[in-house]
Amino acid sequence: MNAPPTGKNFGRPVRRLEDGRFIQGKGRFVDDVILPRQTYAAFVRSPYAHARITELDAAPALEMPGVLRVMTAADLAGVANLPCGWMIHSRDGSEMKVGARPILASQIVRYVGEPIAVVVAETRDQARDAAEAVMVGYDELPVVVDCADAMGPDAPQLHDAIPHNLAYDWGLGDEAAVDAALAGAAHKVELTLRNNRLIPNAMEPRACNADWDAYAEKLTVWMTHQNPYGMRAMYSGVYGLAAEHSLRIVSPDVGGGFGAKAPNYPEEVAVAFAAKLVCRPVKWTADRTEAFLTDAHGRDHLTTATLGLDAEGRFLGLKVDTIANMGGYLSTSGSLIPTYMYATMLSGQYVIPAIHCRTRAVYTNTCPVDAYRGAGRPEAAYVVERIVNVAARALGLDQAEIRRRNFIREFPYQTPVVFEYDSGAYEASLDQALALADYNGFAARKAEAAARGKLRGIGVAAYVEACGIGPSALLAKLGAGAGMWDSSEVRVNPVGTIEVLSGAHSHGQGHATTIAQLVADRFGVPIESIRIVQGDTDRAPAGTGTYGSRASVGMSATLLACDKIIAKGKRICAHLMDVTEDSIRFEDGVYASAATNRTVPFGEMAAAAHAANAFPTREIEPGLVESSFFDPPNFTFPSGVYVVEVEIDPRTGVTQIVDFSAADDFGNVANPMIVEGQIHGGLTQGIGQALWEEARYDPETAQLITASYLDYGMPRADGLPEFRLSFGCTPSPSNPLGMKGCGEAGAIGSPPAVINAICDALDIEHTDMPARPERVWKLCQQKGAR
Amino acid sequence: MYEFIYSRPATVVEAEALLDPNGDATALSGGQTLLPVLRARLASPSRVVDVARLSELKGIRIEGDRIVIGAAETHAAVSNNPLVIEALPALARLAGGIGDPQVRNRGTIGGSIANNDPAACYPSAALALDAVIVTTRRSVGAAEFFTGLYGTVLEPGELVTAVSFPRCRRAAYVKFPNPASRFALIGVFAAKTSGGTRIAITGAGYGVFRWREAEERLESGGSTSDLESAALPEDAFTSDLHGSAEYRMNLARVVTAQAIGEIDV
Ligand SMILES: Cc1cc2nc3c(=O)[nH]c(=O)nc-3n(C[C@H](O)[C@H](O)[C@H](O)COP(=O)(O)OP(=O)(O)OC[C@H]3O[C@@H](n4cnc5c(N)ncnc54)[C@H](O)[C@@H]3O)c2cc1C
Repeated sequence: MNAPPTGKNFGRPVRRLEDGRFIQGKGRFVDDVILPRQTYAAFVRSPYAHARITELDAAPALEMPGVLRVMTAADLAGVANLPCGWMIHSRDGSEMKVGARPILASQIVRYVGEPIAVVVAETRDQARDAAEAVMVGYDELPVVVDCADAMGPDAPQLHDAIPHNLAYDWGLGDEAAVDAALAGAAHKVELTLRNNRLIPNAMEPRACNADWDAYAEKLTVWMTHQNPYGMRAMYSGVYGLAAEHSLRIVSPDVGGGFGAKAPNYPEEVAVAFAAKLVCRPVKWTADRTEAFLTDAHGRDHLTTATLGLDAEGRFLGLKVDTIANMGGYLSTSGSLIPTYMYATMLSGQYVIPAIHCRTRAVYTNTCPVDAYRGAGRPEAAYVVERIVNVAARALGLDQAEIRRRNFIREFPYQTPVVFEYDSGAYEASLDQALALADYNGFAARKAEAAARGKLRGIGVAAYVEACGIGPSALLAKLGAGAGMWDSSEVRVNPVGTIEVLSGAHSHGQGHATTIAQLVADRFGVPIESIRIVQGDTDRAPAGTGTYGSRASVGMSATLLACDKIIAKGKRICAHLMDVTEDSIRFEDGVYASAATNRTVPFGEMAAAAHAANAFPTREIEPGLVESSFFDPPNFTFPSGVYVVEVEIDPRTGVTQIVDFSAADDFGNVANPMIVEGQIHGGLTQGIGQALWEEARYDPETAQLITASYLDYGMPRADGLPEFRLSFGCTPSPSNPLGMKGCGEAGAIGSPPAVINAICDALDIEHTDMPARPERVWKLCQQKGAR
Repeated sequence: MYEFIYSRPATVVEAEALLDPNGDATALSGGQTLLPVLRARLASPSRVVDVARLSELKGIRIEGDRIVIGAAETHAAVSNNPLVIEALPALARLAGGIGDPQVRNRGTIGGSIANNDPAACYPSAALALDAVIVTTRRSVGAAEFFTGLYGTVLEPGELVTAVSFPRCRRAAYVKFPNPASRFALIGVFAAKTSGGTRIAITGAGYGVFRWREAEERLESGGSTSDLESAALPEDAFTSDLHGSAEYRMNLARVVTAQAIGEIDV
């Protein structure tokens, strides 16, 4: 199934076709869309993290200039709450407990920034002025921020009928087998760690512009989103905003998402309802503060893990106990991330005969948590790759060697936690990364750094992840509320241009280029003749969104649609060339047959398909449009090994990453330049998590205290090394392109690699992220005191 | 933003009239502090008076043994100005390390001095060098001008017009940046002036101050290693999200030693 595509585009560093418009400021983002009779929305949001609403009076706002309407929960009577899209069952078989999340709160607010009312006015400033005039009375309630505290006996309970704030207590794997393995293990190591809460920070904030056409009874919502079709299904099926055929979601250029533009949020739904109420288009663009407060956050786990090893350092069993902070409500995929996106990856790249994971998901007075670059997989890699180093340290084994002793070497490999890994070459990646990093020369570099007063450390981390989500049947078994396939329609126009309608949606990944590369090579036509259409449910065919590096799914659908075109072309050419269909080959854009000298280039066949006069139209339909839906047989499993070197200044605790070597295996790659960009970005976000980024709430008030760039430490170019990248290639057998996906990889493998390097430099077992200078300085002080 | 009237007077006299002390007008210079505040709706002046283009607030010139910088000169202008680079190179470097190019192209020395952010860079230079802050009403020494956390002696309607520094080639500014904002978590301006060694610390939390104990030790022949034990005014250091007082005090020692080291090479 995995013949690598050949040609002059696919697999080459073709420059991104969309960059011209981005670089010249000609991109079209939702906020650029201004409709006739445009109005603007502003939200009234809770300033408290937990409070009972005692009073809600919109009258003063209604008297303000330009105000058209103030919408509150009262206007949404009978409308469904926000659903969580993934059913998780607790270990006792009970369904997860979902705290009701209304579109607009009217009784209790559960995190700072939760929307209570939406004001619609002629201008944005008028809407904001009036939003401040809406009178809301609150009785403050006690708050809880920390996920472990949330289960405590004294913790305030966020939702009625959800004691201890426990949404579910879930398990995966054979606990008895793990206990037995640990009991018989020669060595056991235990580690407790936190995975710090992150804020996604897409460059473009969330935005929507909803337009109700009362004549056609049609609702159009421009929305910056990763999954326009998913939103259409929800807006129609869950909220009844309009019938599905009369609901158009348009996601134009999307300025980054990182997962945070995949959920179904209350604000966009509220704006859509408001547009119907005022019968004019209503636009809302989040400001940066709203983005910090309300874009779904990522991570936030507290985990204890135990690894058992035999005398030679081979892994026998891994037991993991995680508390995952869900925030005030279960976001769309909130329940999924710390379960099937997480525990299923706990085997890492290793043979671990027994694995068990218990995950307790708890509500706290914080912003809901959902997918963020990697979504569960970075949390898993962090647990595995940290405890492996703790074990290496305990056993006196080299960190590369302990991995080597435990690698999976034969594929397919069935892990004890659901997944069957389809392919990989883990040791090859390790060797490649070690060579790039000059691992053997490290001791000399460490000594040289010590002479300069610096503590130098080296960290190795190996990750594997699951991408290209489907297959739908497996997902349904795991609790999915929707299938995850993708589709594509290929239209070959009479004069030779080609439109590829794709159900995926690029939010920075470069689909306009990579899909065109594929099609250009498949048809043997110039890349310029191809245009990719995405993100408009009135134009593009159905899709299930772009996240989890699932372009391999959408691109496979495109490939299959192309092949249907080629096959139809053969039938047409059989008439043009007067030979039998099965004697025809299609190569380099030309139909040829051993039975004749006559050849037909692709364009001539396309023209003939539309002219429809050279073949019997009762046998072959005119036109040249084909579509395909692709549901993958399995996930794909990208993997890699990262080696990081850091230098720590013990006087200030500043950690400098001085070297970063990466060896990734993404199978076949559509465009290595784009892949490198994805890796640079992913590594940067992972390094950001390891060194600087952390969403922090005040434990007394649950106010977000890192709600701006003054206080939230984003990674910057000057804190990053030159990345040394290299690529292996074991093609995935799970899609016809042999692709695996690369979007999350960097953010998954780099946090443990960096922390492993820091622990090595300081000769300590563990430190939590982010390894801010003060934290590291204190560790240096302790070390000095020892 | 809330609605306000925007005025761009042509002269300082006009500006002063618009900044009527009885009203709630606010001066706007580079806007790098004020505009984010307005955008976040944290202030609602009825009038904003743009002083950034007043010619009386412009210009960088040498006056005897001093260098005088107009309040409306941008950080970029200060960092690139040949006179500053010649007379007070440490100040040029300080200005070149503020924010990013966009901030430096708009933000001004007058705005920074008037704002006296406890993590700002310029106040440390002004205090260490005994700069004179020239206003529309008077000239005030830096030690008197800064009155702690965002505080200055400026009265309502009073504008900074220039800052006058003594020439000093033996000075250095070292900033330990807050990893998030890149303002000073601790910044130290050290100078060896005719009046002795001066060390001014910013970023500690409550406003810029001089580390007298260290100045004295260095004056009396001590080396940077003596800074390890020099007492710091503990109540000048705060603990917050970005660092404990203990950590900031450690940084003050390390960064001061670095700054002194830079002067001495
Ligand atoms: C991203 C970013 C990074 C930054 N990094 C740093 C940094 O590393 N170090 C640092 O020191 N600063 C930093 N700053 C702040 C920057 O230096 C500002 O420019 C400066 O603090 C204010 O100067 P301004 O000209 O922009 O003043 P404005 O924002 O226009 O005004 C600030 C205040 O001063 C008042 N004011 C302005 N001019 C006068 C005057 N002539 N007389 C009396 N009052 C006046 C205003 O009324 C206002 O209250 C940063 C700012 C940003 C946005």
